[in-house]
Amino acid sequence: MSFNLLVLTCLGYVVLLFVVASAAERAAEAGRAGWLRSPLVYTLSLSVYCTAWTFYGAVGYAARSGLEFMTIYLGPTLVFVGWWVILRKLVRIGRENRVTSIADMISARYGKSNLLGVIVTILCIMAGTPYIALQLQSIAQSFTVFVTDPAGSSLATDTTLIAFWVAAGLAFFTIAFGTRSLDANEQHPGVVTAIAVEAVVKLLALLAVGVFVVWFVATGPADILTRIDAQALPEWEIQPGRWTGLILLSAIAIICLPRMFQVTVVENTDDQHLATASWAFPLYLFLISLFVLPIAVIGMELMPAGSNPDMFVLTLPLHLGQDGLALFSFLGGFSAATSMVIVASLALATMVSNHIVVPLWLRARSARQQDTGDMRLLVLSVRRLSITLVLGLGYIYYVITGGSAALAAIGLIAFVGVAQCLPALIGALYWRGASRNGAALGLVAGMLIWLYTLLLPSFGPDVFLSARLMESGPFDIAWLRPYSLFGLTTLDPLLHSLFWSLMVNVMAFCAGSILSFPSPIERVQGALFVDIFNRPGTARSWTRPIAEAEDLLPMAQRIFGLTEAQSFFRAQAKLQGKDGFLPDITPEFVEALELKLAGSVGSATAHAMLAQTVGTSIVSVDDLMAVASETAQIMEYSAQLEAKSEELSRTARKLREANEKLQTLSVQKDAFLSQISHELRTPMTSIRAFSEILMDADGMADEERTHFAQIIHDESIRLTRLLDDLLDLSVLEHGQVQLNITPANLRELIDKAISASNSVQAERNFTLHRSRDREDIEIITDAGRLTQVFINVLSNSRKYCDAAEPQMRINVRRRGEMVEVDFIDNGAGIPRDQEALIFEKFSRLTDSLQAGGAGLGLAICREIMLNLKGDITYVPGQGGAAFRVSFPLRLQARDTSSSASLDSAEAAE
Amino acid sequence: MKPPRTQQFLGRDSYRMRRVMDAARILPLFGLILLLLPLMRHSPEFEAPPTATESVYLFAVWAALILAAFLFSLWLRRALDQPERRADPSDPIADTDGKED
Repeated sequence: MSFNLLVLTCLGYVVLLFVVASAAERAAEAGRAGWLRSPLVYTLSLSVYCTAWTFYGAVGYAARSGLEFMTIYLGPTLVFVGWWVILRKLVRIGRENRVTSIADMISARYGKSNLLGVIVTILCIMAGTPYIALQLQSIAQSFTVFVTDPAGSSLATDTTLIAFWVAAGLAFFTIAFGTRSLDANEQHPGVVTAIAVEAVVKLLALLAVGVFVVWFVATGPADILTRIDAQALPEWEIQPGRWTGLILLSAIAIICLPRMFQVTVVENTDDQHLATASWAFPLYLFLISLFVLPIAVIGMELMPAGSNPDMFVLTLPLHLGQDGLALFSFLGGFSAATSMVIVASLALATMVSNHIVVPLWLRARSARQQDTGDMRLLVLSVRRLSITLVLGLGYIYYVITGGSAALAAIGLIAFVGVAQCLPALIGALYWRGASRNGAALGLVAGMLIWLYTLLLPSFGPDVFLSARLMESGPFDIAWLRPYSLFGLTTLDPLLHSLFWSLMVNVMAFCAGSILSFPSPIERVQGALFVDIFNRPGTARSWTRPIAEAEDLLPMAQRIFGLTEAQSFFRAQAKLQGKDGFLPDITPEFVEALELKLAGSVGSATAHAMLAQTVGTSIVSVDDLMAVASETAQIMEYSAQLEAKSEELSRTARKLREANEKLQTLSVQKDAFLSQISHELRTPMTSIRAFSEILMDADGMADEERTHFAQIIHDESIRLTRLLDDLLDLSVLEHGQVQLNITPANLRELIDKAISASNSVQAERNFTLHRSRDREDIEIITDAGRLTQVFINVLSNSRKYCDAAEPQMRINVRRRGEMVEVDFIDNGAGIPRDQEALIFEKFSRLTDSLQAGGAGLGLAICREIMLNLKGDITYVPGQGGAAFRVSFPLRLQARDTSSSASLDSAEAAE
Repeated sequence: MKPPRTQQFLGRDSYRMRRVMDAARILPLFGLILLLLPLMRHSPEFEAPPTATESVYLFAVWAALILAAFLFSLWLRRALDQPERRADPSDPIADTDGKED
């Protein structure tokens, strides 16, 4: 087959994946992710477990060692069939704590310690890099096998070049769909859907080759069974040690592999999906394994002696002249390799950025006492860089080892490496006494033993370890030989390393935990993780906070972006029964904020960032008692009471706020009444006085008469305007206003409002910042009313902004079907205690003489906006007074008056 | 005349549910033992390992495990829906899910 055709097929396939992934992303963004988040897709995405090592290697494995290849799939089967024991708890904890990776999970459990995060990250990279290299090798190798035409063969045999382009392409794909946004919980619908498609392709490909072999080459299952026995080699004897050990090892690996953790825990959205996967994923593995032995046996029978059994899936159909089938099987292998690389590099990159780069950067920044600026872009760039780095490492590893045979064994070696996370992970789930020091000790000890007894010797003598050292041990101490530590000579190297590394790991973990004393946060987190199913709510690690919500809002804005952070704060405030953007700083609120931050930057970093702002976290004895209490039963009953009392206190808080507001309003109303009488009296008095003068004086000059008449006229206009305002407000409030809904251009409205408001205090020179392009939005609304609101906000700013060089920023943005216009000046803003009042009638913050109005402007604005199905709010913490006017892009005209009154009734609620 | 059958347990359903949970916990252990049986069946004095028979056996065990997991998941799904750890007055010695330490 020609090289070009092969490359074109691959490219076409990759384009298909791109289309699938971006369609999935778009569907998820539009909130139509229903079927994307189905149990089926979840189960299929789990198939990243089956890499190219499975697709090609399993047949080779079966040809060499018989049934032993099954162990790699039987272990995961046991874990998933027994999901109720471990996986359910793992997934629940992962979701509730917004865990972003296995390193994050371990770090979060042990007191949000970044040290542990770093250790696990390094371990995973050491184990993962060779594994990625293995995938690149398998793709490159399959090209070489496939291309038979002489023209392409020179290109096709340049395996490093192929591996390079594959690595570059995969890096691009992963960056495009894995780092689109800093997601609240690090989930990637695009990637997951693409992986699910690949899962189907590789399964069908392997099944197709299998069916062909069993029913077209052989005459059916019975025939295959006799051929299996005919081909059976003495090496196919099941070895008890390896059989048991490998089942155990693969069971551990399915929990600890970073990519498996990513798809199983991080991308999980629902416990129900796990219930389906508990039988569906074993079924997938079953189907993948079903035809492995038949393909191996027929390959051994038909292929010329000395051909590589690892490539039988590809070479057997080719040998038998089935080019189409071979191409399909090539695509299957390609899918298996690419899906593994994408998920693995995504998972590793998240760890590198969250646990190594971002903490270092934050520390450097805080050491220099600098503001941390907008961090979203930073975190995303770091993640993109990390993906490139991880794939680059894999590629370099492949080039250096030159695709040696040593690479083929790397799958199991990597398994043993990641298995070192198991003690810390299981301890995290089931042992409250497990501590940070123990986990760190165990991880490091296990990792060192793994390095010394398995990874380094696997490169062969004289690469990392000298032949002499491997032969007779360091300093000729035979008991320290890498492959037979303490004289254990009967085990094969893999089991030997698994045994010693896990043994030492568990011992160090237990000893460290038993002898050390955990910090308060560790104990709280421990109780939280271990008793996740016994606890009504989440435990708190934040008490007696000292920060103001105003300090936290800017920090949150840097991570989530402006709108996201503001809507989160607003939702939290609403939860507390408050209006506006600033919730009370309760421990619950800080906890929720930390959880949300953790979804973006990992728990350790999130905790550190909050600790910087809030001050050190103080865990009181009471809190410890609450979470450390062994009497879960009592907690259960008290939970309901607690919920009730919480509701009560929420209502009480609401009532208290309403009461305060009422009292202030009553005072204001009194003040207004005297104010309005004063306002009415003043013009009345002058009108009376001047009209008396006009009546009495006969010999008055004409110009004098005109002057007095003018004064009377002006004063009556002032009166009329005041009464108009009052009338306007009353009409608006009762929803009887006639809206004149027409299409309009937002930019023109703003232009009009700016020129109209320029007459207010015309001597002040305002600097305007606005983006005219973004303002260019076609809207359908009552343009006149909307402009009135803009004019009012702008005039207010001209009147009250106390900056020496006044500035006004106008930001326009679209949020779905709503448009938001922010007016932000650089003055002193509005004091916090007044924020709740400014939209009330008759309220005026400054002295009435200065303002020259009756304090109805903002109240009218608010009523107008409510009538336009929008709102006007004050946004604190923007460096000045900031008003946000939001309204729908297209306002539906109200058809009947009954619906209008209904609407206003709703608005009143 | 026989006395009418009386209900001995009030919470039969939730009792059954907890036993299914127990079964789900035992299943992997049971599976592991079944998967280890081939180790004890065959001694290397035979000329060739009986790979064909063993593969049929292993795939059969595998299929049985999948089937059992499927049946359990039908029950366990319902347990996931309910708010967990709800006190059950009919069964004062309610099992606890997490291991107490």
